[in-house]
Amino acid sequence: MWRYLLPIGVFVVIVGFFYRGLYLNPGFVPSPLLGKPAPEYDLPRLKDLSQTVGSKDYEGQIALVNVWATWCIECRHEHPYLVELAGTGGVPIYGLNWKDDRALALDWLDTLGDPYEASAVDATGEVAIDWGVYAAPETFLVGRDGTVLYKHISPMTPAVWEREFLPRIAAECGGLPCAASAP
Amino acid sequence: MRRSAVRRECAVRPVLATVALLVVGSTCWAIDPEPAFEDPALQAEYQSLIREVRCLVCQNQTIADSNAALASDLRREIARMLNEGASREDVTDFLVARYGDFVLYRPPLQPSTWTLWGAPFVLLGVGAIVFLRIVRSRARQSLAEDDPT
Repeated sequence: MWRYLLPIGVFVVIVGFFYRGLYLNPGFVPSPLLGKPAPEYDLPRLKDLSQTVGSKDYEGQIALVNVWATWCIECRHEHPYLVELAGTGGVPIYGLNWKDDRALALDWLDTLGDPYEASAVDATGEVAIDWGVYAAPETFLVGRDGTVLYKHISPMTPAVWEREFLPRIAAECGGLPCAASAP
Repeated sequence: MRRSAVRRECAVRPVLATVALLVVGSTCWAIDPEPAFEDPALQAEYQSLIREVRCLVCQNQTIADSNAALASDLRREIARMLNEGASREDVTDFLVARYGDFVLYRPPLQPSTWTLWGAPFVLLGVGAIVFLRIVRSRARQSLAEDDPT
């Protein structure tokens, strides 16, 4: 009896693992930053290199940090929606321009619209490493106390915004517009 | 006689050239000439470290194999840390804090990886039990056959 049941049992377990594996996305690597303080940075501003922009600029408020670059095709796909969000979303968007060509990046914002409060220039990719970035576009939701509430890899879409971001924003501050917390 | 000697020489040359290429090629396995360390021990540590870090852009490569921009950034960062006196643990902690355990090709032993680390031993044990049972039943069978009664 066992001679038949045992191999069948092993087979079922292996098939179970494979079946589960079919629906897992190996491209999605959960961020260890979730629930932890967002990395601090202070980098030159894309539009004015003599000024800086960084985590201090959104201290005490809920914010989106969007990693983008002109070499990133999916960034171009999500860009119109970011522009729309910037107009209606009620959450400030801070850009992190990741290892990009400055002239191309400026041209991009000129022709496609600029959804960002400001974009930081990460020429060496060091800040991107601190944020655990590996595939632009990535969008982080940073809470009022500076913790990373959510990370979305791949283009931002209305569906993702409604499903993943809005509930978390509502949980953080009861809905939009989100009032800044007392420092 | 003379002809066959010439022919043999012709056959040997490509082989020699291939061997020479392999020998020369093995000395330039590093993906980028930099960073070079003055301390050979540090260089060895760096080389072994980057062979254990996964490139998240191209997930089945280590950052030693990958020429993705992120891999080269991570190599530079690891070299910088080692040069500043960071230990192997410092570097892996740094990477895990940012990218999670997935960045390591040698996953740590923890509750979520018990199955991963334990499965080979469990399977080995199951195999051993099955093996022993088969051997014993065969031994019993052959004993029965040998028995004249």
